[in-house]
Amino acid sequence: MTAITAKKHREKKAAWKMTPGKFLLYFFMYAFAILCLIPLVWLVRTAFVPKALELDMLAVGWVPTFSNITRIWGMAPWGNYYVNTLILVAGVLAAQFITITMAGYAFARLNFYGKNTLFILFLTQIMIAADVLILPNYMTITRLGLNDTLLGAMLPFFASAMGTFLMRQTIKTIPYELEEAAKIDGCNLFTMIIRIYLPLLVPCYIAHGLIAASYQWNNFLWPLIVINKPAKRLLTVGLAIFAQASEIGALWSDTCAATLLTVAPLLILFFFFQKRFIESFAHSGIK
Amino acid sequence: MSAIVNDRAVSLARERRRMWRTTRLAWMLLLPSFIFLAMFTFYPIGYSVWNSLYKDNNATIRTGPVYIGLKNYVSLFTKDQIFKQAFINNIIVAVVTVPISLGLAIMMAIFANKVKIGKGLVRVSFFYPTLLPMVAVANIWLFIYTPGYGMLGYIFNNNTWHFLTDPNAVLPALIVMMIWKQAGYVMIFYISGLQNINPELYEAATIDGANNSQTFWKITWPMLMPTTLYVMIITMTNAFKLVDHLYILTKGGPGNASNMLLFYVYQKAFDQTNYGMASAITVVVIVLLLLITCVQFFTQDKRTFYS
Repeated sequence: MTAITAKKHREKKAAWKMTPGKFLLYFFMYAFAILCLIPLVWLVRTAFVPKALELDMLAVGWVPTFSNITRIWGMAPWGNYYVNTLILVAGVLAAQFITITMAGYAFARLNFYGKNTLFILFLTQIMIAADVLILPNYMTITRLGLNDTLLGAMLPFFASAMGTFLMRQTIKTIPYELEEAAKIDGCNLFTMIIRIYLPLLVPCYIAHGLIAASYQWNNFLWPLIVINKPAKRLLTVGLAIFAQASEIGALWSDTCAATLLTVAPLLILFFFFQKRFIESFAHSGIK
Repeated sequence: MSAIVNDRAVSLARERRRMWRTTRLAWMLLLPSFIFLAMFTFYPIGYSVWNSLYKDNNATIRTGPVYIGLKNYVSLFTKDQIFKQAFINNIIVAVVTVPISLGLAIMMAIFANKVKIGKGLVRVSFFYPTLLPMVAVANIWLFIYTPGYGMLGYIFNNNTWHFLTDPNAVLPALIVMMIWKQAGYVMIFYISGLQNINPELYEAATIDGANNSQTFWKITWPMLMPTTLYVMIITMTNAFKLVDHLYILTKGGPGNASNMLLFYVYQKAFDQTNYGMASAITVVVIVLLLLITCVQFFTQDKRTFYS
């Protein structure tokens, strides 16, 4: 028996020996990983490099400076952009958490007339995402008088089929006995969802929250169309308009500082919660 | 005898009453989601179809939209060169980005799974582009592609490359950028796909003396097939949805060489105020997306889609 496992072990080890082909592949993949990282490194570098050196890519011996960031901070209402983006993300998440919990529970636990039809109707949102329906949705928002409001930018995202299905899957894995026990104790549906399901769904909220927050934080074309008032703009739109205003190439440290302002919160969050992010996104199907 | 029939009828009626009670409850729970889906997914699809049959542009502001049947579509498919170009560009982007992204993503996933040194850093460097907004990506790549003092021009000391203003180079340049942006996202699906493969399969292969490429083609690749089909749909639909970068980089130019259908919708609707035409293009995109997803639903085992 031990002889067999030892042999197995030896064979396994032999199979993973570094062959020249494998070495080349590893070398190539490491190089590729570094190549992928270069744009980010350059972005951070140019955001902090003294302005005089912005075009000198190989300059060394410079001291990082915040002057680029402080300079562009005065050139556009970035504070407003941040607050607006945060409100938008928080608003969409809050609304989605309510709608997807209710809908997810119904699909997971209840047997009702029209279930399959409704399920397919929900799927439509995944197939034909809001990204594609900018024109008709813009008309709806205009008719509702919600142009230039954050609510208008949020409203199309208050329901999430992707989130609903994620909830449904998770609720299905929770033992039904818990619910029966709660019913015997006299809980109604509302208290039962809050007391029994909510605590168990926290990982699911985090997973969906990370995906939805990244999507909203990065969304561009829709908020560009809905919001025209500069003070109401979101970070991505503010960044695009800022970058358009500066002539190509002339103001790289400015553009990089602005880009960094936009991407830093998500990236920092990602560096700290790397595993959570990657696991969450593995459950999603968005861009 | 009649008592039994009666009993059955009573219990059937009771059953049906309970079913209706549950149905009412379920519909109430689904109502909030349904309202928003109805307003911003179902209605706009119908509205686009309806509006696409009308002449609805600057010329019809006074009179209101004028019904013209399928004329918008006819002129799109027979006269509109920009539409044709955008349509072809979309197909090219899909056909090129999908296989390359998938191939790269598989290599990245296998590497990120196996690598011992710098595992975290490797994953970060592959995945972080997923979290960047397309406009930020565009700003970064604008620097890479700028002639002369952009990164490529600087490194190769060449100021004759005009990636974004040469009609022949612009689409490949944007495709490279899109692959960089999405390969890491595809990778994570493959990582979880790889982790679901039974390790005994590999042990058996090792004992049978299979080499690396045999192991890949006989075990890894077929076992990853469901994942591949799923990410194929994601990347194909992304090819139609990713257009934000055009706003920064090219505005669809030079001469629409990099225009895409969704960006053309934006231009038609919000630059030219031609809503009827924009609706017709929207319908074309909707049909293409439906075709792509339907092909998936009917060819693929549903397990990979949320079960």
